[in-house]
Amino acid sequence: MYVAVKGGEAAIDNAHRLLADRRRGDRSLPAISEAQIAEQLSLAVDRVMAEASLYDPGLAALAIRQARGDMIEAIFILRAYRTTLPRFGISRPLDSRAMRIERRVSATYKDLPGGQLLGPTFDYTHRLLDPTLSGDPEVPEPSRRDGGVGGLARVSDILDGESLIEMEADEGAEPGDITRMPQEFPLSRAERLQSLARGDEGFLLALAYSTQRGYGRTHPFVGEIRIGLATVEIDIPELGFSVAIGEVRVTECQMVNQFKGSAERPPQFTRGYGLVFGQSERKAMAMSLCDRALRAAEYGEEITAPAQDEEFVISHCDNVEATGFVEHLKLPHYVDFQAELGLVRRLRAAWQERGVVSEAEEGDAPIGEAAQ
Amino acid sequence: MDAALADPETGRRRQRMGLLARASAAELEAAWAALDVPPEVTDLRGPETGLVMLTGRIGGDGARFNLGEATVSRSTVRLASGRIGFGQLLGSDRDRARRAAVFDALAGTEEGGSVVERLCAAVEARLIDERRRQESETASTRVDFFTLVRGED
Repeated sequence: MYVAVKGGEAAIDNAHRLLADRRRGDRSLPAISEAQIAEQLSLAVDRVMAEASLYDPGLAALAIRQARGDMIEAIFILRAYRTTLPRFGISRPLDSRAMRIERRVSATYKDLPGGQLLGPTFDYTHRLLDPTLSGDPEVPEPSRRDGGVGGLARVSDILDGESLIEMEADEGAEPGDITRMPQEFPLSRAERLQSLARGDEGFLLALAYSTQRGYGRTHPFVGEIRIGLATVEIDIPELGFSVAIGEVRVTECQMVNQFKGSAERPPQFTRGYGLVFGQSERKAMAMSLCDRALRAAEYGEEITAPAQDEEFVISHCDNVEATGFVEHLKLPHYVDFQAELGLVRRLRAAWQERGVVSEAEEGDAPIGEAAQ
Repeated sequence: MDAALADPETGRRRQRMGLLARASAAELEAAWAALDVPPEVTDLRGPETGLVMLTGRIGGDGARFNLGEATVSRSTVRLASGRIGFGQLLGSDRDRARRAAVFDALAGTEEGGSVVERLCAAVEARLIDERRRQESETASTRVDFFTLVRGED
């Protein structure tokens, strides 16, 4: 039963006013701008765009500012904003082969064509807190090197040259869309990837880690990680052709996993795939490990671990849904709780009564046992 | 839809629209100011902001999947001459989309063709410059492996 209770409007208004004050903080400090967040906290912006499933750096920066830096709150705000907009259409598939490369590394081939391009990475930093960053120190311009980056072949193409890796087939099927249709398990791999691409980085990271520790082992190697800018092309039906409308930054991870073969096919490496908005290497790697673990049934592998359980992983990877259900517990449950209070009081009364009865029947038997 | 791509005029228009989508607000403003007479514009659609679902391919080259959406702003305009222009770009900037649509309509006309050409050339030069700089910065982080010789021979 729900009972409407009124009241609290003034308290709520004042709480939101207090929130606005605390969000602004010390007025003697300059207010932070969305442009500053987008430029200087860009990986936070990338995470919000990825998990909100909406690419718009300016709006993501605004959401981070509005949420006082609470990432899941920012993701929630941006996800909610998304629902207010009409959908104009669907893009042509992004071409990660042609994208403008900002970073590309492989853990499987040292001397792959195009080489190892480290890009702006935290790798090989010492993770020592740097007090010299305080204030606004002069930052030198990046180094440059002529010769460019060139077209970079994929590691999967190299392996495919000897048919050593499974290749993906395109049957031309229209991919399912989890934002338009209710989820029904089992999902297609396309729907799974859509869920994982917007899934919580921490949750997917933990699951990916669990597969490495033996809970659904898949023996992975990073075939290749590439970060860069991919051109977005959309069809203009009135004109009958497609046009480029800009670039988006994405991170792609091709995970190469241990082999599968059959009577019909010799053993080949298998693959896990990750593609995420922004510079989000950890997330793309976790996604590719989870993608491969979730393909267990496809390869006839025994499903023994959480990371292999599609319904478990997909139903719990969305942090907006998760936070909604967990956080709703703090909202008024006065009536539900009254019912529980009544129930526990009745149970206690019954327990007391039985105790008194059994004491009378069995003399000095302890009450605890009698209650059972 | 792909048959249209073979036509050279279509190729030029696609390239122009792609560049107009990348033109900054300042570049569009400067080009607008360079027009002799500001054109008379009727909005046929928008300017409006909505979503486009971005798709990827499984494994980079397999079946399509939905990656997530992006904001897109678009505009369709008609000039007094009857010419129709389309503007569409990533992001929420409807003013840029509308200006892009107007310049798309003005392309090849006596009153604005040369301004559009100069605008597109400026945008293209900037993009090439940015691309070269970013590419050379990335290239500077390429690892040059060398092997240490160990032992006598």
